[in-house]
Amino acid sequence: MSLQTVSFYQTGTFTVGNRLLAAEERSVQANMQRTNSLNSGHRACQGCGEALGARYAIDAAMIASKGQLIAANATGCLEVFSTPYPETSWQIPWIHSLFGNTAAVATGIAAAIKVKKHKGQGGDVRVVAQGGDGGTTDIGFGCLSGMFERNDDVLYICYDNGGYMNTGVQRSSATPPAARTATTMPVGPEPGNAFGQGKFVPAIAMAHEIPYVATATVADLRDLEYKVTRAMGMRGARYIHILVPCPLGWGAAAQDTILLARLAKETGIFPVFEAEYGEVKSALQIRRPLPVEDYLRLQKRYAHLFGKTPAVATIARIQAQADKNIRRYGLLAKEAA
Amino acid sequence: MLKQTEGSHAVAEAVALCRPEVICAYPISPQTHIVEGIGEMVKSGELADCEFINVESEFAAMSVAIGSSAAGARTYTATASQGLLFMVEAVFNASGLGLPIVMTVANRAIGAPINIWNDHSDSISQRDCGWIQLFAETNQEALDLHIQAFKLAEALSLPVMVCMDGFILTHAYERVDMPTQAQVDAFLPPYEPRQVLDPNEPVSMGAMVGPEAFMEVRYLAHAKQMQALELIPEMAKEFKAVFGRDTGGLTRTYRTDDAETIVVAMGSILGTIKDVVDEMRDAGEKIGVLCITSFRPFPLEAVREALKNSKRVVVLEKSLAIGIGGILASDVRKALRKLSIDVYTVIAGLGGRAITMKSLHALFQKLKHEESESVTFLDLDWNVVNRQLERERQKRRTGPAAESMLRDVGTVASKIA
Ligand SMILES: Cc1ncc(C[n+]2csc(CCOP(=O)(O)OP(=O)(O)O)c2C)c(N)n1
Ligand code: SF4
Ligand SMILES: [Mg+2]
Repeated sequence: MSLQTVSFYQTGTFTVGNRLLAAEERSVQANMQRTNSLNSGHRACQGCGEALGARYAIDAAMIASKGQLIAANATGCLEVFSTPYPETSWQIPWIHSLFGNTAAVATGIAAAIKVKKHKGQGGDVRVVAQGGDGGTTDIGFGCLSGMFERNDDVLYICYDNGGYMNTGVQRSSATPPAARTATTMPVGPEPGNAFGQGKFVPAIAMAHEIPYVATATVADLRDLEYKVTRAMGMRGARYIHILVPCPLGWGAAAQDTILLARLAKETGIFPVFEAEYGEVKSALQIRRPLPVEDYLRLQKRYAHLFGKTPAVATIARIQAQADKNIRRYGLLAKEAA
Repeated sequence: MLKQTEGSHAVAEAVALCRPEVICAYPISPQTHIVEGIGEMVKSGELADCEFINVESEFAAMSVAIGSSAAGARTYTATASQGLLFMVEAVFNASGLGLPIVMTVANRAIGAPINIWNDHSDSISQRDCGWIQLFAETNQEALDLHIQAFKLAEALSLPVMVCMDGFILTHAYERVDMPTQAQVDAFLPPYEPRQVLDPNEPVSMGAMVGPEAFMEVRYLAHAKQMQALELIPEMAKEFKAVFGRDTGGLTRTYRTDDAETIVVAMGSILGTIKDVVDEMRDAGEKIGVLCITSFRPFPLEAVREALKNSKRVVVLEKSLAIGIGGILASDVRKALRKLSIDVYTVIAGLGGRAITMKSLHALFQKLKHEESESVTFLDLDWNVVNRQLERERQKRRTGPAAESMLRDVGTVASKIA
């Protein structure tokens, strides 16, 4: 037992140095028992935020379920880069059915588990469903909403990289305004993705009054692991929406994945919070709000905003959205306010 | 036990006797009474150890079924018509994954124009989806086929569709012999999955397969259906040993010995056809019937064997391959390759149009003198069709065709005969 409370973080990050912590206080990723559920050797791009997010989330879920976990996966980058046989990266029972039905497949698995358990033919196996933003907020939305509404015992994890990356970076309903995608090109009078469209599924999930809804980013490992662990400690429909930068689709450097995820949070562009039964319970505070420009400039999908004549008005609209998130979710840390 | 009951209810009871573990369904006429019946049994506790899930669409119904079957549960669902089409992507996926789901299709027409009455367009549209398709002639057979379907599906790790005519069977009250739980248990052992999502033995299912193995995976599905050609008759024999009834099998013949004309059909219309054949036999005509129970796999050999000594084959089907004609007829022709037998295609009963004995009598007489292997549309109202064609020749903006034709038909909107 320590005599003195020490808090420490590396400059510019919130990452606690694991080496300095007692074994039981370490993150799952730093834990010797880590299962490597999504093992090395898969075919994701360098710096892929989705690969990172999935590994963090599923390893945490594995620890929380004592290794008794089944995953259903939507079509998309995660499915494609992880499975080509014989080198599947999945160390857990895993099924891919279709692009738009993952929540329903997970419901079926959960139903089977329930019956088997009741019959004394199976243990307490838990179910995770996972998909990209397209597979979640667009084509899989009907099945997702049905799973929520019935409060089926499934943790659904959405890896949001803001577009249909697997098919070559097209717009989804999670693509942010002004962003360049292959179907929202930076041409014409309103270049990039339109304003006033799109949907924020965490808020819609909350409207279903399910037990748990949370958002997270790959920049904050401990927060992400905490939320997965928390969700796994509950029953019923649970939803975690993880922002996962995509170097290829965003036109960003592979080494900037964590930085971009952190900037998305620190600018207010992506609010990080958790909610229970439709009510926000807590939000990660922004220590020092940064201008959205810091986030946008690092990504070629916004390059058209920073040409010879910067699109000041457009950048201001994006800033206004970030400010609105900060107000709506109470993101501003007390001391900074 | 003999009882007088509705076809849907008979099927619901039979499915319950098969000890399903997960049932999911979305309502669509004429399938509703089946899942309502099972739902009630689960809710009351009469059917124990079973999860009944009210899903938000047929696409979700088949997807839930995929998940539960992959997790090792005996799984059942039912649908019809638009519902079957709504789930198509998952229907192909279930067979591609080799999951032994059993599904009732309460056969109904496909819109537009929207139509709730019976024909076979729905399940026939899925003829290449990799599912086994069995067609029931009577409610007794529908009941029996469901029990066989679970055993067949699980033996082969392939999904099975049991097709029964919407309303004509699903809503008809008939006498059926309901087996006992002990009989069904003796016939149908607990489900032993070939593949299962199990944390103690993790596997990846549904992974990407490239050109290096896709053909082989597909061929295996075909090979399994070929195995079904052997298994289906064996199962019918086994079924007879336990239940004492001759149901199932690939095909059945009726008065085909020495028959010069043989009528080929599927489903409940066979009853009417047999009555007509009886009358014609009484009048000295050499006519018989071939009933197709297994549409997929299609029993080419059995069909050839049954038809090879006839002179003329009349394929009467409740579906239409728009742009070519018959669907079942094409398969029958394939079975008869190189034999000089005339095959006539008759499209009948679309959208619930009644197929009467009178029309069948006239048809069979007429086809005896028909030279070409024509496609006949039984009881088609040429007046209505020709008036519409004429209108379209006369002017451009003729409006929606179905509505115009309905106006011509007049007040009897749902003319059935
Ligand atoms: C029904 C259907 N429509 C379209 C596709 C093509 N498709 C496959 S993956 C994909 C994009 C996936 O996007 P997302 O869900 O955001 O995942 P990401 O690849 O970005 O991780 C698309 C459009 C498909 N496989 N199935
Ligand atoms: S395209 Fe994006 S999401 Fe897909 S593997 Fe590459 S970095 Fe990851
Ligand atoms: Mg995406």
